[in-house]
Amino acid sequence: MIQARGLSKRFQDKKRGEIRAVDNVSFTCQPGKIYGLLGANGAGKTTTLRMLATILEPTDGTALVCGHDIVEQPEKVRACVGFLSTATALYPRLTARELVEYFGRLNGLDEATLKKRVDDIFNRLDMNGFRDRRCDKLSTGMKQKTSIARTLVHDPPVMIFDEPTLGLDVITARTITAFIRECRDRGKTVIFSTHVMSEVEKLCDTIGIIHTGKLLAEGTLAQFRDQHNEQDFEEIFVKVIAPRYVPAETD
Amino acid sequence: MSLRNVGLVYRKELLESLRDRRTLMSTILIPLLLFPVLAVGIGYMGAELIGQASREPSTIMVLGGADSPEVVQGLGEVKNLRIVPTVPDYVNLISNKKVRAVVDIPPGFQAAIARGERTAVKIYIFSGDLKSSFGAARIEKFFSEYRDTTVRRSLTAEKLPESLMKPFDIKQENVVSDEKVAAETFGGLIPYLVILMCMTGAMYPAMDLTAGEKERGTMETILSSPISRTHLVLGKFLLVLTASLATAALSVISMGASFWGLQHGPALEAAQSGDSTFVQLHIGLGAVLSVFVMALPVAVLFSAVLMTIALFAKTYKEAQSYLTPMTFVVIIPAVAAMLPGIELTPKLAIIPILNVSLLCKELVAGTYHWTFIILIFLSTCFYAAAALFIAVKMFQRESVLFRS
Repeated sequence: MIQARGLSKRFQDKKRGEIRAVDNVSFTCQPGKIYGLLGANGAGKTTTLRMLATILEPTDGTALVCGHDIVEQPEKVRACVGFLSTATALYPRLTARELVEYFGRLNGLDEATLKKRVDDIFNRLDMNGFRDRRCDKLSTGMKQKTSIARTLVHDPPVMIFDEPTLGLDVITARTITAFIRECRDRGKTVIFSTHVMSEVEKLCDTIGIIHTGKLLAEGTLAQFRDQHNEQDFEEIFVKVIAPRYVPAETD
Repeated sequence: MSLRNVGLVYRKELLESLRDRRTLMSTILIPLLLFPVLAVGIGYMGAELIGQASREPSTIMVLGGADSPEVVQGLGEVKNLRIVPTVPDYVNLISNKKVRAVVDIPPGFQAAIARGERTAVKIYIFSGDLKSSFGAARIEKFFSEYRDTTVRRSLTAEKLPESLMKPFDIKQENVVSDEKVAAETFGGLIPYLVILMCMTGAMYPAMDLTAGEKERGTMETILSSPISRTHLVLGKFLLVLTASLATAALSVISMGASFWGLQHGPALEAAQSGDSTFVQLHIGLGAVLSVFVMALPVAVLFSAVLMTIALFAKTYKEAQSYLTPMTFVVIIPAVAAMLPGIELTPKLAIIPILNVSLLCKELVAGTYHWTFIILIFLSTCFYAAAALFIAVKMFQRESVLFRS
């Protein structure tokens, strides 16, 4: 489970002064559910997810991930989180197997468990054909599978996806969305950010709309449709953010 | 502190580095090939060029000498001297290297000698031009022998012993060990090389493991794993240190082998058959090892400083522009230590790099000033620890890791 409580992140910029990238954001993600964080570019999605993954430290507020405080116990939090984004690249000079094993060892797995886990994941994701190929020689789809294997190797109960399909072709993107669903079906807590409305409609159990660092609205797809008397989620999204809309800069 | 995690990062970085052509080039190939190419290549080439110049006949010109036919005839018979007809603008010919040397025989030269009057022969040369100096040497040798013959003739006529020509000899004899002689000649070179190579070896991995990782997008991947940032930076640091020491060690081995090759190879014979002198290099293994012990904290210092600076960069290219000026920061004190007259003082003993360079020069000569050794080792360890501490702290800073 993820419980974000008043999460805030401010950055200092020489030209623009203080920037409130995330401003007092609170939400809860339940196990076996997918929470979609929806927002335009620069809304604060990536910063929020990076704080949950303890890559960034919140300026104010905190969050509990699997019962661990992200500020107090960042290493314990990371041990129970699988984090995947288009920015999390692979080590080009390691093979797919070496890379997954490296992250397994960093997560404290013993050699016997690691071998079993790696074999299991490579079979499940049909990766045996390229397991000993260097990551810089892999196709985009193979790289995505390797990234997925990396996030799964320690079998984390919480999965965080930051715009995981950004820039991917339809086939590769479908691999990712199928994987996100599978995580939910296995009872994991899943949070993912996107600005693609169709993904939200297809995947999310709960949706949070974030804009200029603030969580403006939260609910299920049905609740949003009822509340705004509108079926097209893109229209709903625009209605929610319209009062506060100013073209934002990227995260 | 989990040594297991530090070891995991180290092993992974080592594996990746060994698969990286650029790292292998900068850490292994360049230090191994640099000295054979420089020392043997240039040594052979130099010996070959000197040998060629010494075998080539020198084109010379004779000014005057019409009333000294014996001298002019004698010059004409000297092997490897080719006399060209006299022209007035001989200075131009010398500077254009058409004529290597011009000998000016004063009027009445032979007659003056016969009368026992003091006179002088002038040789005009192109100072610094090797072939000109060879031409001048051949002319000088002829006149020197001519002078001896003249004196010998006079002594015989006066029934005086020939030993009067040279009543006594002057001999110089070296009383210092070969090691000290080598240290005086090359003493500054080994520490300079070790220090420079520690820096060169650390530079590429320091950039690759920090800015390179940011550029490739793997920094976020590793930061999302449970490893602590302290363990991460220590694992990376150990790899940079390994590369730094490996480069320095390989350079010294390569330099030693190159000198050995020079001393035992045909280059030495070629050089010795010419007119040049060749300095023998005798530096003990103990001296080289003690230089390495002193270089250890220096390598730690370089590795930590280079990593910290490179971490600020967002890309490999940006890191290069930050680190290139660092080479001068290292070279200047290392070169300063090679200058004659600079010796260790308590004040210089706390200036990083310069202190180790000066001390290593003494160590190579077999001189062990223990107070300085301890002071310099400890002060360099202190600087190295401070640099490593800063590197660890920098890895905790989001503004550095995610600089935009």
